[in-house]
Amino acid sequence: MINQRRFLVETLTAIGLLLAPFILPHLGFAPNTVNRILVWGLFGIGFDILFGFTGLLSFGQSALYGTGGFVAAYLLTQAGFPHVVTALFIGMIAAAVVGYLVGLIALRRTGIYFAMITVAIAEVFFFVEFNPLAHWTGGENGLPGVPSPAFDLGFIKLSFTSGWSLYGFLAFWYFIGIVIALRIIRSPVGAVFRAIRDNPLRASAVGHNIHGYKLTAFVIAAAYAGFAGGLLGIMQAFMPPDAFMFETSAELVMQTAIGGTGTLFGPLLGAAIWLFLQDFLQAALGLGAAWKLVLGLIFVVLVCFLRRGIIGGIVDLYELATGKKAAQQAAAEAAEAADAAGTLEPTSAAAGTPQLALRAREGDSYQGPILQATGLTKRYGGLAANSDINFTVNHGELRGIIGPNGAGKSTFFKMLTCEVPPTSGKIVFEGNDITGQSVTDVCQLGLTKSYQVNQLFSRLTVRENVTIAVLAAVRGKFRLDMFRRIDKVPGVTEQVNQTLAMVNLTARADTPVAVLAYGEKRRLEIGLALANSPSLLLLDEPLAGMSPRERVETVKLLRSISKGRTMIIIDHDMDALFELVEKVTVLQEGRLLVEGTPEEIKGNPIVQEAYLGGVLEQ
Amino acid sequence: MVNWGNLISQMFNGLVLGALLALISSGLTIIYGTLGVLNLAHGAMFMLGGYAGYVAYTYTDSFIIAIIFGSLFVMLVGIVMERIIIRHFYGRPDEDQLLVTFGIGMCIVELVRLGFGSLSLTVPAPKMLAGITSLGFMFYPTYRLALVGIIAVALLALFLVLYRTRLGMIVRAGIEDSVMVASLGINVYRVFMIVFGIGAMAAGFAGIVNAPVVSLTPDMGEAILVQTFVVVVIGGVGSFPGAIIGGLIAGEIISITSMINPGYAYVMLFAAMTLVLVLRPHGLMGSQSRA
Repeated sequence: MINQRRFLVETLTAIGLLLAPFILPHLGFAPNTVNRILVWGLFGIGFDILFGFTGLLSFGQSALYGTGGFVAAYLLTQAGFPHVVTALFIGMIAAAVVGYLVGLIALRRTGIYFAMITVAIAEVFFFVEFNPLAHWTGGENGLPGVPSPAFDLGFIKLSFTSGWSLYGFLAFWYFIGIVIALRIIRSPVGAVFRAIRDNPLRASAVGHNIHGYKLTAFVIAAAYAGFAGGLLGIMQAFMPPDAFMFETSAELVMQTAIGGTGTLFGPLLGAAIWLFLQDFLQAALGLGAAWKLVLGLIFVVLVCFLRRGIIGGIVDLYELATGKKAAQQAAAEAAEAADAAGTLEPTSAAAGTPQLALRAREGDSYQGPILQATGLTKRYGGLAANSDINFTVNHGELRGIIGPNGAGKSTFFKMLTCEVPPTSGKIVFEGNDITGQSVTDVCQLGLTKSYQVNQLFSRLTVRENVTIAVLAAVRGKFRLDMFRRIDKVPGVTEQVNQTLAMVNLTARADTPVAVLAYGEKRRLEIGLALANSPSLLLLDEPLAGMSPRERVETVKLLRSISKGRTMIIIDHDMDALFELVEKVTVLQEGRLLVEGTPEEIKGNPIVQEAYLGGVLEQ
Repeated sequence: MVNWGNLISQMFNGLVLGALLALISSGLTIIYGTLGVLNLAHGAMFMLGGYAGYVAYTYTDSFIIAIIFGSLFVMLVGIVMERIIIRHFYGRPDEDQLLVTFGIGMCIVELVRLGFGSLSLTVPAPKMLAGITSLGFMFYPTYRLALVGIIAVALLALFLVLYRTRLGMIVRAGIEDSVMVASLGINVYRVFMIVFGIGAMAAGFAGIVNAPVVSLTPDMGEAILVQTFVVVVIGGVGSFPGAIIGGLIAGEIISITSMINPGYAYVMLFAAMTLVLVLRPHGLMGSQSRA
């Protein structure tokens, strides 16, 4: 969506902003309307980072818009503070601080809870502005007399009062806002935002502290809201209390959805459509108060039929017109067919593939078993999914786990990766007690898992998927390098390419995940777990759902991955597993039944009984 | 020095508001629990109930008919809304459901504004329940007292439907695990439609019985919606008992704080919500499974 060519979007934005005063009047936009659009657009950039990129729908942005606006307006009107721009920045910082505190509470929950809590918080701000703080904020009267910016440059005095002269001031800040936002979304932080939007569970499983990143997105949105709120006061020469109203949040959400989420420019377009229609319906058609009904209907229709808003619709139309969509579809079908037939495999997977170097980690000097679980038990109410399992795996070992359905294999894996806490028992990984740690921390220590059901970032490409996992490996679980380009992070490109080569997806690197064939998705699933070069890799049914041919290829792939690495594999394909692993653990009804070499297990009467319900009498 | 008479009267007000919130929140929470859709048009349904009752009252002069017509009308609107739009959103992300129900709510509000204007309208209390009643230690409007009873009856009816009928059993099972219910051969989509209708009706009924206490404006649903959110967060999403307890807590907090300083009513309500979120993230009666 966002063009990779450097500064192209920035340049086009600058040209657009410069040309707007010459074009828009002919389309019936008054300068004051254009200025309002810019303020909404800037407000919306932050909101789009929060909603469009990170997937957090907040109905409470008015609280931050109002906070920034009133802090700036108070400084300029009541406190006698002379510098307009400095006041704007102080307002922005105030909003960011408030955003941080609000985020701490609201982000305790996700989805609808998050939306409900933000609404409630915004409502609190509205009442606080009206009553307890009325002395400072003017209550329902707001703060009149906000000065417009003027700069004395010595040789020339610049003042931005109203209309097109104020436009220059607002357009400048809008441009700065877009440039910063573009940098953020092209940075590693931006990539993690998108990962959270697409699959928060996997984003934390590959080693990102998603709570920290969500809070970051919330604070960024708050800063944009605060700055835009300050501009609102300057634009109107008056800070209106309506800024705090639920209406404000609601309009922002609707404008963004109308324009298109995840585009940064959606809110600007949405605001333009919104304000234009408002004027047009009220004045030209004489609809009076009914204009909001018309806009509401348009909004509902758009949400029903054009999920990605006007910009998304235009992109789709463009791809349809240029035949790109059809080509993509054909390619996807071809890939599916080729993959099923097994012709896509260059079968070089086992031979000359580059190896991911094992990363140096703290636990490397540790001798002794890489993983040791003692007395591991998980109860769900009265049901014991796992009871009292003792399990040890040595460095470099290749271990298989088998057991009938419902034996508790997946639960066992979930406890090992700390996705679910054990009811009792202890897990020691490379000498560290990891019991009760988070899945993110465990991943950072070098223990990862590929899931039984694919957990991919479905709206991103193959390369972007792997990049997200690699970023967690090279940057740690949380880092605010918001202004660095991803390809400038040392080691990322190499590790992504190596990982892609290992799972044999180099040729498909720029393909969106949604159009991959099943076998390819399965390999990408393994690739995500492999990308941070774990010292212990767990694979939950890597062969499930594959054709016999794909199984052969995947077994080869697994063997090549296993060089220098410890792996534990769950699978129902006994033949493949017995051929691959050195030692097998059998689980039954949540208990460890027996352990041994594949030969021992094959001949073990207890195992036969577990699987077949009985042994043939000799 | 605390004015005891004032405090007790405010506590009664809190009880009335709390009962009202409990009823509206039950509607919201059974819809969410069963369908997985948070209906942001729920506040508009509450408002619509008031207006539908107003229309019926104007034509018939009967409060009983106003209640019946108001509730049935809103239920019908709910069912139509579910059939035409909501059912297409079951498979879509939470955010889309929030956006579309929000948009529908806005359309309903604007339609009512178009039809009735923004000025407030009033529905008088039925003659039988007009005036004030002496409780020995204080006087209290009769209708408000009756309102607690009326809502209690409505909640009891809802309880009986949920806990004593086949439909209720399916709904409660659906809240636990709707996939399982569907795989048992039950037509969940028909159940969804009925639940949406009942949930909307709860809000509509609350709207009309509350009409004599407040004045009707098209925007009245918004504040109520925010309060029901807090109730649901405190009580736990999808929990009928949680909605009742949360409603009563929220009603009392708002009323008692208003007596001291109305400006802080929301702040206190929000503080209570935060406290619950910190101590029991899934709400007082919520279960871990519905995160």
